[in-house]
Amino acid sequence: MSMNFEPEWDGFEPGRWSTTSVNVRDFIQKNYTPYDGDESFLEGPTEATAQLWEQVMDLTRQEREAGGVLDMDTKIISTITSHGPGYLNKDLEKIVGFQTDKPFKRSLQPFGGIRMAQTSCAAYGYEVDKEVVDIFTKYRKTHNQGVFDAYTPEMRLARKSAILTGLPDAYGRGRIIGDYRRVALYGVDRLIEDKKHQQDTHFVRMTSKNIRLREELSEQIRALGELKELGTIYGFDISRPAKNAQEAIQWLYLGYLAAVKEQNGAAMSLGRTSTFLDIYIQRDLERGVITEREAQEMIDHFIMKLRLVKFARTPEYNALFSGDPTWVTESIGGVSVDGQHLVTKNSFRYLNTLNNLGTAPEPNMTVLWSTKLPSNFKKFCAKMSIKSSSIQYENDDLMRVTHGDDYAIACCVSSMRIGKEMQFFGARANLAKCLLYAINGGVDEVMKVQVGPKYRPVEGDYLDYEDVMDKYDQMMEWLAGLYVNTLNVIHYMHDKYSYERLQMALHDRDVKRYFATGIAGLSVVADSLSAIKYAKVKCIRDENGIVVDYEVEGDFPKYGNDDDRVDSIAVDIVRIFMDKIRKHHTYRDGVPTMSILTITSNVVYGKKTGNTPDGRKQGVPLAPGANPMHGRDTNGAVASLASVAKLPFRHAQDGISNTFSIIPDALGKNTVMFSGELDLDALKAEADSEAAE
Amino acid sequence: MEGYIHSIESFGTVDGPGIRFVIFFQGCPMRCLYCHNPDSWKPQQGQKMSTEELLAKYERNKEFTKNGGITATGGEPMMQMAFLTELFAKAKERGIHTCLDTSGICFTPEHTQEAKQLAAVTDLVMLDIKHIDDDKHRALTGHSNRNILAFAEFLASHDVPLWIRHVIVPDWTDDAEEQQRLGYFIGGLKTLKALDVLPYHDMGKVKYEALGMEYPLADTPPLPKEEAARAREEIMKGIRKRLKSK
Repeated sequence: MSMNFEPEWDGFEPGRWSTTSVNVRDFIQKNYTPYDGDESFLEGPTEATAQLWEQVMDLTRQEREAGGVLDMDTKIISTITSHGPGYLNKDLEKIVGFQTDKPFKRSLQPFGGIRMAQTSCAAYGYEVDKEVVDIFTKYRKTHNQGVFDAYTPEMRLARKSAILTGLPDAYGRGRIIGDYRRVALYGVDRLIEDKKHQQDTHFVRMTSKNIRLREELSEQIRALGELKELGTIYGFDISRPAKNAQEAIQWLYLGYLAAVKEQNGAAMSLGRTSTFLDIYIQRDLERGVITEREAQEMIDHFIMKLRLVKFARTPEYNALFSGDPTWVTESIGGVSVDGQHLVTKNSFRYLNTLNNLGTAPEPNMTVLWSTKLPSNFKKFCAKMSIKSSSIQYENDDLMRVTHGDDYAIACCVSSMRIGKEMQFFGARANLAKCLLYAINGGVDEVMKVQVGPKYRPVEGDYLDYEDVMDKYDQMMEWLAGLYVNTLNVIHYMHDKYSYERLQMALHDRDVKRYFATGIAGLSVVADSLSAIKYAKVKCIRDENGIVVDYEVEGDFPKYGNDDDRVDSIAVDIVRIFMDKIRKHHTYRDGVPTMSILTITSNVVYGKKTGNTPDGRKQGVPLAPGANPMHGRDTNGAVASLASVAKLPFRHAQDGISNTFSIIPDALGKNTVMFSGELDLDALKAEADSEAAE
Repeated sequence: MEGYIHSIESFGTVDGPGIRFVIFFQGCPMRCLYCHNPDSWKPQQGQKMSTEELLAKYERNKEFTKNGGITATGGEPMMQMAFLTELFAKAKERGIHTCLDTSGICFTPEHTQEAKQLAAVTDLVMLDIKHIDDDKHRALTGHSNRNILAFAEFLASHDVPLWIRHVIVPDWTDDAEEQQRLGYFIGGLKTLKALDVLPYHDMGKVKYEALGMEYPLADTPPLPKEEAARAREEIMKGIRKRLKSK
């Protein structure tokens, strides 16, 4: 690929990014300005921002009154170029673009499954156009249909009993982060040129693997062409690199917008954009063409757009995820591999939108936390957390080792190098239910039918630890195999019928694919096994001999108290299940990983999981993610966190989440009010001087 | 040596500087009307733990508490004097900051040998003075404040840094003149480093109910934070007056 130093790059330090290849990380490293100062430079909302946000609040009110959806497309199938431009107020918006031709109107995305699209519409009183339904039932197959064509009866049953749950077989898998920064830095023409070069230099021996990649590259090139057209629709020529801050934000956002116009993924994350964009803002500030107030306004308008990403989803979907999340995760801060932190003024500006636009769950601002972050930034994060409760923290010191310094978080915890790694999202297996299957020989305790293999169930009145562990091991062996194979089907069909061509166009050709699995119910399993080991657990059977309840006699160590007796059980389970996952063939040579992160769906899982040997009753939610069970961690936060911290990242590389709530007063005293240091000498001096007067 | 422990809080943020490993000792001779830990009154109960066990627990997660340390509170830690002293002595050997949260009730000015040993291994004492007036102190806590005030002076003379804590309870400690008297007294403590004035809250109520006990201040409303700030100003007046008179 020939590289000229483009005029739009004037003032930037050249490097491999400008001479050799598409390399955003190199651009950032050569050009960013670390910021160690405090937040005093920040600006409040402009008149235009306030006015636009008021309009958004008004539309939000209308949407709520209309029952959750204000408007829906029922005829136009959403593609990158399907709609004309949409605005809140064209004269005031510094950053523009909506998924359809107006804000708050949800687009129609039937490629994942036409039935899902129909139920989403029907739930809010809309009906998908008959012709569209016809096309997607008679002529164009969907991802959902493909999956069910290939599922085995066992897979269907495991899905129905919810031992495998939340599978992306009827909705978009998401979790792929396009490197949207490339659009701003290089312009679309250069990216197309690069993709053509990738295609030209790829294997020509036509194995099915090579044929698929060649076809995908063609799709990617086509998607980039449409992205350029999307720019034209809004009046921009994005074939060229962005030449200033406003263009850089706009180009980047158009890349993201194209992705959400085409994919209704479970998590449509943004990446790591704040420090990248700071380079453009810093250049404009130094050139004197914008003020700080204007810089903040652009960021405010950009974030406002991200808050307004909306999808048509069913009420069941919303119940599973406790709301209507889009997971527009943005990763902020972190440290370079050379030890220099990556905090810029723009890291502050992003968080400042929580002041200027008020608090909001989206975009999901995620601070990549390191002990090496500048203390002023840490203080500002703490302050904004107390004020907004809207910031997520992740351990950069831990993830940097695996992913370097240009990774981002998809969804809530899934880490990947931007543009170089992607993941196949795989929902989760319910390990608490699996334990009950082990006890009941594969019979589902709620449906009362044989779901798992018909192994010998537990006999006798009391559970024996060795016996249960032996049976549990076998049941996990079965579950891991079924789980991985089910996911193989799903991802094969997703690639075939709902390929993320635009997002993958913003990746390198040879990406590393993570094959993500997940587990739910870890703390229930650990506590149950601990109860069996350290107390006495009596089985209560129904008339058919199925164990449906348990009586715990005596006390037992509980996960969440920094007690190795039970924490080691949790650690073992994570390792054992992950090792079982690793045994199986994965689609496209995906590297298997596992997450422990059910942040919201734990409520639904609790309803579908019977009584457990730890004394938990059916219907009581499983703890979220890797959290201890509610109320069982009685030694304070450090002990609780220490238990979670023992879980091995190596075996749960897709992330371990811990939801931590604390009332602000418990984080320390408001020193201004009651307590305070006294300096007796100073007070004495003061008293003396008063006396002298 | 082993002692009786009520419970442990691994993330204490209001009991001394930094994040602290807080050990609640079991047993207390005081019967403060507003006590919010009545379950820690009876001695010789709870979990028996050795000083080594406690320090091992602390060491496991010292990364969190490296800017803090250990706080002994309760209950009344000084009821288990030998155990407490051994704990702090071993902590000091390991370079851990030690903080004692006490009412001072166990101190007797006539026997200071043990107190001296404890003072030598204590980095900070948070002394809770319930009332400056002896009669009212008796009514509020069941004990005279004579030894408590003596303990404050003892600590100051042994160069132990002091934080004074005082709870403002409606109808009990909300008199401005008495607050100034308290200030005048603590203004004479040369190692005084901080003054912590807390508004009365009734979060202990539920514990009394759970224990089947009657809550003595059932009719007393929680104090607004602003009132505590005002009380602090009155106490500061007393401190300034004492300093001026020097």
